[in-house]
Amino acid sequence: MTPSTKIKLNYQSSILWGIALTLVWISQSAWIGLMNPYYLSIIIYAGINIILAVSLNLVNGFTGQFSMGHAGFMSVGGYFSAYITTHYFAQSLDSLSQIQQALIFLGSLLAGGCAAALVGYCVGLPSLRLKGDYLAIVTLGFGEIIRVVVLNLDSVGGARGLPNIPGLCSFGWVYTWVLICTFVIWRIIRSSYGREFLAVREDEIAAEAMGVNTTQVKVKAFVIGAFFAGVAGGLFAHTLRYLNPQTFDFNRSVEIIIMVVLGGMGSITGSILAAIFLTTLRELLRPLQEWTQIDFRMVIYSLLLILMMLLRPQGLMGTREITSFFRNRRGDPR
Amino acid sequence: MKLQNLTRPNYFAKTVLMGAMFSQALSGCNPKNSSLSGINARTSAATGNTIRVGEVSSLSGSEATFGLSTHRGIELAFDEINRNGGILGKKLELVTLDDRSKPEEAATAATKLIADSEVIAVLGEVASSRSIAMAPIAQNSKTPMISPSSTNPRVTEMGNYIFRVCFIDPFQGEVMAKFALEHLKVKKVAILRDVDSDYSTGLADYFTAALKKGGGTIVLDESYTSSDIDFKSQLTAIRAKKPDAILVPGYYTSVGLIARQTRELGIQAPLLGGDGWDSPKLVEIGGKALENSYFSNHYSNEDTAPKIKNFVTQFSQRYTSKPDGMAAMGYDAAMILVDSIRRSKTLSKQDLRDAIAETKGFAAVTGKISLNEQRNAVKPAVVLKIVDGLFRYQTTIQP
Repeated sequence: MTPSTKIKLNYQSSILWGIALTLVWISQSAWIGLMNPYYLSIIIYAGINIILAVSLNLVNGFTGQFSMGHAGFMSVGGYFSAYITTHYFAQSLDSLSQIQQALIFLGSLLAGGCAAALVGYCVGLPSLRLKGDYLAIVTLGFGEIIRVVVLNLDSVGGARGLPNIPGLCSFGWVYTWVLICTFVIWRIIRSSYGREFLAVREDEIAAEAMGVNTTQVKVKAFVIGAFFAGVAGGLFAHTLRYLNPQTFDFNRSVEIIIMVVLGGMGSITGSILAAIFLTTLRELLRPLQEWTQIDFRMVIYSLLLILMMLLRPQGLMGTREITSFFRNRRGDPR
Repeated sequence: MKLQNLTRPNYFAKTVLMGAMFSQALSGCNPKNSSLSGINARTSAATGNTIRVGEVSSLSGSEATFGLSTHRGIELAFDEINRNGGILGKKLELVTLDDRSKPEEAATAATKLIADSEVIAVLGEVASSRSIAMAPIAQNSKTPMISPSSTNPRVTEMGNYIFRVCFIDPFQGEVMAKFALEHLKVKKVAILRDVDSDYSTGLADYFTAALKKGGGTIVLDESYTSSDIDFKSQLTAIRAKKPDAILVPGYYTSVGLIARQTRELGIQAPLLGGDGWDSPKLVEIGGKALENSYFSNHYSNEDTAPKIKNFVTQFSQRYTSKPDGMAAMGYDAAMILVDSIRRSKTLSKQDLRDAIAETKGFAAVTGKISLNEQRNAVKPAVVLKIVDGLFRYQTTIQP
């Protein structure tokens, strides 16, 4: 590929991202005005799940490290940003202009993301020297530690939970972050740094022999993943307007992992599709419950996942992206 | 680039995932399949002849037994009204959604009920954490919400459309403190609280405050988490302090185990608790160890008042089990809503809210209920004693 075509491609794709971002904000009022709040809330939760799944995919799919503590990072970010907005700005918020409110929200989201990234760094540095199953167990334990710490922190409500979080989040916010998250991870994977991530996944010893600092690469992936999980937590907190430590238990982490595995480890498009599919599926099955009068909802949900794993273990998309259906370019870096 | 290597999620990961999926599948078909046969499905779209009421209930998940009891109580009340010709010439229609005992699902379910099913009021949730998650949604859409049994004070503070028909934790804490001081004549009490539960920590705090005010002392305050099964170290510490009574404000599963281990350690002091004890499972787990323990509750199903007797017979006939406190609260929440619909001038949500707020001296199964300024129920609590595995009525404590 000659340098000139590469620049052209970047130019084209950045226009595409720009258009998508504008569309999100233009359609924002339409979504809020015309949409049934129930469907809108599903769309918003789907967006939050997309951020979680895509960011976990960077760690689990692209870098090949099996992390099971994503809900832990989500709860750090969620609690941190919610604490900022509820404790420092809750009273004065109504008197502030829209722009000031937006800035406060943005600040709290970034702070939540950074707090999660910092925790990710602290957890990642010692534990990412481990491999495979051992790492999974360390991250799993970490998720539980976070939950128990929050449970005993009285300043964020402990077991009572943190209520009265201002409802600052909206469709526009969530999908802006979906775009940012997808964009950042997409670009990382396609950069020379990204090759390092993939190299670690493919063969750690070979990567090390080629001069890749494997621990550093893994920590990088972990910190970036944790940052976006933290942001997703902040968005979640300001959507639901109530946080409870129970929400971020082991099952939440597993739900996110299921999205990544179902979509395909190493496919951003797959993660997005799986996040949307799994979020809506549970709600789509509700009428069935009303109709049959038996709670088949979770049975069918789980059966679908089991069948999926048996029939298509590489996930919906495998390692392919949506772009590979449009472009027939062999040797496209993955 | 070779692709084979990319799809090698290791065996450990696969096993964990499969395990998680299976457990989810199992939790989906938990013990409740018999119960759900009773859920009134939405038979038709909105017609002029029905009044549609929503219910958010934890029919599966960690607190499924509470959700199920409440649901049965509500169902019984609605059927009773519909059998007697409905209300204002219209039939009541109940739309029930399950929230799997999770706050975020409770919020989604409430949104669906209000936006999609267009209900005029929402009944639910059992647990305070889920009621708090639902409350902003009900408040923003100006839909009256009545919680049958969320006892945390914060629930009704969320807005003026949020009501409850149960007493609140401060009162329940006071009741047990009063009972300990005046009836049991004890001064030194130890506490063993569940830190996982907002309900348990709240109750323990209010009990402590009330007991100290009445001249008693807390000799030791120990804690556990709801997944614990061994409490010996905490209980040994408690034994050393020689308390006259031990407050265990947890849920029935842990309480049963704690009771057994208390007696195994040779502690003879009576155990005290709150409405979280109220389940037939309590005695199944705790057995003889629970004899002569006391807990506060919303009502006693042995009461001979005609209203209660009628409710207990009807419930037992239909579901072949005795109604617990949760069922009675569900029934009362539904009946207060029905009464308010009758009294409201129009069927608008605004008028219905005003009518609910005006509820005074409503003769319910769980006692005479009046709603105060804070939209909380003011009503007496009963204290039950466990004798030969049965919950015996001990005394009534007025607010």
